[in-house]
Amino acid sequence: MTVIGWLQIILFCAIIVALTKPLGWYMTRVFNGERTFLSPVLRPIEAGVYWISGVDEKREQHWLTYTVSMLLFHVGGFLVIYCVMRLQAVLPFNPAGQGAVAEDLSFNTAVSFITNTNWQNYGGESTLSYLVQMLGLTHQNFLSAATGIVLAMALIRGFSRASMRTVGNFWVDVTRCTLYVLLPICVVYTLFLVWQGIPQTLGPYIEATTLEGAKQTIALGPVASQVAIKMLGTNGGGFFNANAAHPFENPTALSNFVQMLSIFALGAAMTNVFGRTVGNQRQGWAILSVMGVLFVAGVAITYWAEANGTSMLHALGLTGGNMEGKEVRFGIVASSLFAVVTTAASCGAVNAMHDSFTALGGMIPLINIELGEIIVGGVGAGMYGMLLFVILAIFVAGLMVGRTPEYVGKKIEAREVKMAMLAILVLPLMILGWTAVGVVYPAAVASMANAGPHGFTEVLYAFTSAAGNNGSAFAGLTGNTFFYNLTLASAMFVGRFFMIVPAMAIAGSLAEKKSIPPSTGTFPTTGGLFVGLVAGVILIMGGLTFFPALALGPIVEHLAMNAGNLF
Amino acid sequence: MLREIRPAIVLLLVLTAITGLAYPLAMTAIAGALFPAQAQGSLIEKDGKVIGSALIGQEFRDDKYFHGRPSATVAPDPNDSTKTVPAPYNAANSGGANLGPTSKALADRLREDVDKLKAENPSATVPVDLVTTSASGLDPDISPEAAQFQVPRVAKARNMPEDQVKQIVTANTEGRLLGLIGEPRVNVLALNLSLDRAAAK
Repeated sequence: MTVIGWLQIILFCAIIVALTKPLGWYMTRVFNGERTFLSPVLRPIEAGVYWISGVDEKREQHWLTYTVSMLLFHVGGFLVIYCVMRLQAVLPFNPAGQGAVAEDLSFNTAVSFITNTNWQNYGGESTLSYLVQMLGLTHQNFLSAATGIVLAMALIRGFSRASMRTVGNFWVDVTRCTLYVLLPICVVYTLFLVWQGIPQTLGPYIEATTLEGAKQTIALGPVASQVAIKMLGTNGGGFFNANAAHPFENPTALSNFVQMLSIFALGAAMTNVFGRTVGNQRQGWAILSVMGVLFVAGVAITYWAEANGTSMLHALGLTGGNMEGKEVRFGIVASSLFAVVTTAASCGAVNAMHDSFTALGGMIPLINIELGEIIVGGVGAGMYGMLLFVILAIFVAGLMVGRTPEYVGKKIEAREVKMAMLAILVLPLMILGWTAVGVVYPAAVASMANAGPHGFTEVLYAFTSAAGNNGSAFAGLTGNTFFYNLTLASAMFVGRFFMIVPAMAIAGSLAEKKSIPPSTGTFPTTGGLFVGLVAGVILIMGGLTFFPALALGPIVEHLAMNAGNLF
Repeated sequence: MLREIRPAIVLLLVLTAITGLAYPLAMTAIAGALFPAQAQGSLIEKDGKVIGSALIGQEFRDDKYFHGRPSATVAPDPNDSTKTVPAPYNAANSGGANLGPTSKALADRLREDVDKLKAENPSATVPVDLVTTSASGLDPDISPEAAQFQVPRVAKARNMPEDQVKQIVTANTEGRLLGLIGEPRVNVLALNLSLDRAAAK
């Protein structure tokens, strides 16, 4: 670890904190339907969109209608991606002449993108046409991100409203989020990325003759426009197989730094939106503090582990940390930071191969996802995920003093706690259940690239990443098989929607409750005690659930590595 | 609930058209006008022919050129399409080796590469990036140490004084942005092109 390394990490954290308030202010205005500086340009488009699609923007929806609208929207999104992939051979914008994508891979990818996971069983440059990249993937990057944000917004409204049966209008929220938040940022961001060197072209792949006379086919495409939303919307699905490690997806140290910022920006701002909407910004800062504590701890461990290197490298006299699977322009610190950022948020883009991380360095990304990606988290998804843990923590605090718990003026009762638990249990069910199948079913075992405990970790990571809708991978595992295409799709689907429905039920039930003013007996939720309690509940829940699995994977591998065992 | 069906279809199609077609196509047009070189892939031409991209690494085996990092990219086996064969710096199929910290295959590969490099330059320590594969398999850069390590071999192969080669390496070394962000690095293709230019003089 170096001073310059830590300064980069500190600078990153400082910029995120500085962005939280202005972005939170802007997004709050957008979701309240207020005028913004972009309204003169965008309002006519917005009104036109409502007019053709028959949306009455004044009409609000019950939580159930809101949820059903969201689900219907995703059925359509699924069909668009699936059909475009199956038909890409006969559709335009296919200069590389890619053939139709197989049924199971199309199914997996469609589920992967509507759930904001963006797991890559597809190979990007070797599988998909430009049309699929744009119409299939880029568009769903926007819409699944917008969906995450508006669902968090509905839950936040549940906290802030009193005695109301509605939580907002899904169609209006999605449209406004896409037009006013995601698109304008992406337009500017895309140009920045192209300036840094990311291609943006519809031209064919380039046939180059290298300096030594060899042939090199260089894959290109409309990359920048997709990378912008893939980061901002915490989607993470790469245009290329190597994702953000590919020089065309992440050409410079600056593009890398800005990409990391853009993964966290909207998720962090959601805490401020929450604070503003419930009428006390300190509530938002308290939640961001919980995230911050867990984040910095994770960065410290991964950075330490990667800078330390492995005993294999030490034995050969190689110093400078574990550079296997990392790019020179990012080095140890930016690769470690990126890995923690992308898994703390549910992004899943990678600028280094997690499979080649040290055992402990690779364990932190795994833990980040298993904790529920609540450390900033996916856009919106992190916020509603975190609020589920807050409900649980408040409930625990209430049990300790024998008083009905309350949070930002709402009584937390049996229904909310039950729903929160239901949502939280989805993750272990999918991760541990499918991993158990994956390590005994012969066709699945054959997919492992590494032997020994590392192979187990590859399988555990795959289902963790899928269920957590992250999408990063221990990429050695061959995921494009019938078994993994289907099981991972089921983990992604259940991990996303079986968490959303209980969260929305909480939104509905909270909105109907009366708001009660704080009294002397109310547990203050803006101080250090609250921050510690929530962080503690998150770690205890995650630890109790996943420690045995981690012990079989990264922990035993670390011990084996130090003992000099190879597999 | 039935009245939600129309927006579910129409709104989806409208937003798909905006974000999936209008946005990427408009960005392609604007980016192509503002930054034409980058938008096309930062291609480098020599005598009217494309020799590669400034951002994409390529394989160098000749002693007179600086070598990049090992690359783990593969290509489909021409004899059996279900299998793959090693194809270093295959810019149409990026990817890493994905070998873990207790992998025997990785240990064997590292030992072999370290031994080879030690034979080439016994006096210097082997830089770690010169024996580890990059994440993309297309890393265009090596560390300044990895470039310096290769100076004796390149100088000998070209009959150039080592000091002159060292100077060219230093001229091609890029530092951290604002002295803070990123890592010092040397673009291998740019370095080799400068070498060729210097030799032609």
